[in-house]
Amino acid sequence: MRVMAQLAMVMNLDKCIGCHTCSVTCKQAWTNRAGTEYVWFNNVETRPGQGYPRTYQDQDKWKGGWELNSRGRLKLKAGGRLKKLFSIFANPLMPSIQDYYEPWTYDYDRLFSAPMQADTPVARPRSLITGEPTKISWSANWDDNLAGGPELAPADPVLRKVSDQVKLDFENAFMFYLPRICEHCLNPSCASSCPSGAIYKRSEDGIVLVDQDRCRGWRMCVTGCPYKKVYFNHRTGKAEKCTFCFPRVEVGLPTVCSETCVGRLRYIGIILYDADRVTEAASVADDKELLEAQKSVMLDPHDPAVIDAARAAGIPEDWLEAARNSPIHKLIFEFGVALPLHPEYRTMPMVWYIPPLSPVVDVLSGTGHDGEDAGNLFGAIDALRIPIGYLAELFTAGDPEPVRAVLRRLAAMRSYMRRLNLGQEPDESIAAAVGMTGQGVQDMHRLLAIAAYDERYVIPKAHAEQGAQLEELALGSGCSLDYEGGPGMNGPFGEASGMPAPIAVENFHALKERQRGDDLDDAGELRGRVNLLNWDGKGTPDGLFPKNGKKEES
Amino acid sequence: MNALDVVLWVVAPYVALTVFVLGHVWRYRYDKFGWTTRSSQMYESRLLRIGSPLFHFGILVVLLGHIGGLVIPKSWTEAAGVSEHAYHVVAVVLGTIAGVATLGGLAILIYRRRTVGPVFTATTRNDKLMYAVLAVAIVLGLAATVMANIVGGGYDYRTTISPWFRSIFYFQPDPALMAGAPLLFRLHALSALLLFAIWPFTRLVHMLTAPVGYLTRPYVVYRSRDEQPTGSRAPRRGWEPSR
Repeated sequence: MRVMAQLAMVMNLDKCIGCHTCSVTCKQAWTNRAGTEYVWFNNVETRPGQGYPRTYQDQDKWKGGWELNSRGRLKLKAGGRLKKLFSIFANPLMPSIQDYYEPWTYDYDRLFSAPMQADTPVARPRSLITGEPTKISWSANWDDNLAGGPELAPADPVLRKVSDQVKLDFENAFMFYLPRICEHCLNPSCASSCPSGAIYKRSEDGIVLVDQDRCRGWRMCVTGCPYKKVYFNHRTGKAEKCTFCFPRVEVGLPTVCSETCVGRLRYIGIILYDADRVTEAASVADDKELLEAQKSVMLDPHDPAVIDAARAAGIPEDWLEAARNSPIHKLIFEFGVALPLHPEYRTMPMVWYIPPLSPVVDVLSGTGHDGEDAGNLFGAIDALRIPIGYLAELFTAGDPEPVRAVLRRLAAMRSYMRRLNLGQEPDESIAAAVGMTGQGVQDMHRLLAIAAYDERYVIPKAHAEQGAQLEELALGSGCSLDYEGGPGMNGPFGEASGMPAPIAVENFHALKERQRGDDLDDAGELRGRVNLLNWDGKGTPDGLFPKNGKKEES
Repeated sequence: MNALDVVLWVVAPYVALTVFVLGHVWRYRYDKFGWTTRSSQMYESRLLRIGSPLFHFGILVVLLGHIGGLVIPKSWTEAAGVSEHAYHVVAVVLGTIAGVATLGGLAILIYRRRTVGPVFTATTRNDKLMYAVLAVAIVLGLAATVMANIVGGGYDYRTTISPWFRSIFYFQPDPALMAGAPLLFRLHALSALLLFAIWPFTRLVHMLTAPVGYLTRPYVVYRSRDEQPTGSRAPRRGWEPSR
């Protein structure tokens, strides 16, 4: 047994209202730069829908993740090592920018510079890729809230697996939101696809990261990830992905997407797992057994044998304590309501989901029934085969039983807690019907509905020697010779080449420059692009507005 | 043998090779982040899927051919029983096919770079210079082969150019060998020297990190967060050394 710790997340889909706050704050924090305009480390999709990038779940087309070869051993679906090297010059499975969407801005200058005229001037959209006027025809959320439903939703690869006959009923009855980040898999196929070995899994906390100094832009990770959560920065020529906000979680703070989630639906904690058994578990023959196989790899943090092995592996005591208090472990094992996204990709994803019960309740209430009565709910869960079929395609490789069991538990919690809230006698038979006790249901309710901050996020701090980093502050401007030319950092070999300046130093200088400098903010090197986050309204940086062929005066 | 020959065939090669080696060392230390293929496949895939493999596989065969012709002495191949004629036929046929594939691929790639808007926008001045030098070197090399063998009666570079090439590496350069070679071969060699000299400062550096290690390493890479701080090097210490 080789015990390793893994930071994991669970999202409670019942509470997601599709507000995209997580996406926006993540973008502000991580991908608000030239080259990553189209990149959303966190995105929220409406299901049924095509997702982002379009139809990424169609692995017959994109060949992401793993599959079993004829001898029952794991192999990358896109091909083995030799095939990868031979297709390195032009990756045939690489999504184009149009598969995500072509990012754009607006011709705002028209609003100010247009001559007096009868009609109100309009700001036309311009592509951020070509700089030319463009027609917006797709984006990361084009089919939000089932927009364009009858036309677009049938292309949903998950929906196509559920039978055709019930499709229309389903669309009328059922819709929910699916927020997605990188899964930080136990068996990451992106890292396994990287020819340079630049993508690595951190041995302390299992976060999967791209070493920007070792990435050579071979683009195989983009193909390898079945969730399409590794992105290609088309300006720097390097892969970028969700970092699980490692600078935050290292000091015990939740990720930006979790912190800003208005529905408080995200849970972060650690899981102990047996790294030696990952490959074996990912290789079970039947797709439907992958869920149980993955659960069997995760270890019980209360088991003395596990604790001993973890200590031997060098996992610190406060991490073991955090593993025992982990909301993730509770939701997966104790309450048994969390399920992984697409276990059939065999990557052992570590962002799990509590499937939504609300649509079932809505159907019941909409038809005049009591949507919180246990009997009604249990009946409806069994009757509404379509939503369950769809959820099963997402979370259990098509096996409806685990999904049904989870929904029944959520329904039981609703009914049981309603009786308590109405001052009635608790009905233990409701809890017993789903294999729980009344106290268990109340504990689950506390974690899911009350969702206190320090119960949602149990994040042990990294044991890091930070003295050297604090020196950054002491060094001040005099010693930080790395810094030249400002945040654009244009080295001699194109954008952002050269040594990276420490973030604190860069911010310090940029701020000082802006406050004391006589020059207006100059982003000339961005060539038609400007980062509005860093623009403080002083002047008009080059590239904020198109030049219209006019020579600059003065 | 005059002074110009010494400059061209002794001084220039050593300068180019020194710049090549030290340039790469310097670039690797200074600019790991900029060390990338800077792929433009995201913008355009249709032309790339024809041009890029054509060029890259072609240039790999060309590279192997140059190793066979320049590095391996004629006496070795003859000792192995390969006659001059047999070598020559194989070299000319393979070389011409690979050369044409390379040049065709390069033509497609340059056409794509100029005509596809986003790709052209992402092209730096550095890239344009590199493309020019690379194209000149390839055209001259192909022209030398074609002119010598198809128009002329063939030229045995393994008695002049190859010994000169090897003489550079054992530090007894003999410019006289090169001075007598046909003009096109000499121009090709000079353009190659220029290419080597600018190599470390262009995107061509990606060739030196061709990911052959992928064939043997384990699939999943684990790395400790302490092993290397984020970013390319350790932070500076914040105190003066005490003496």
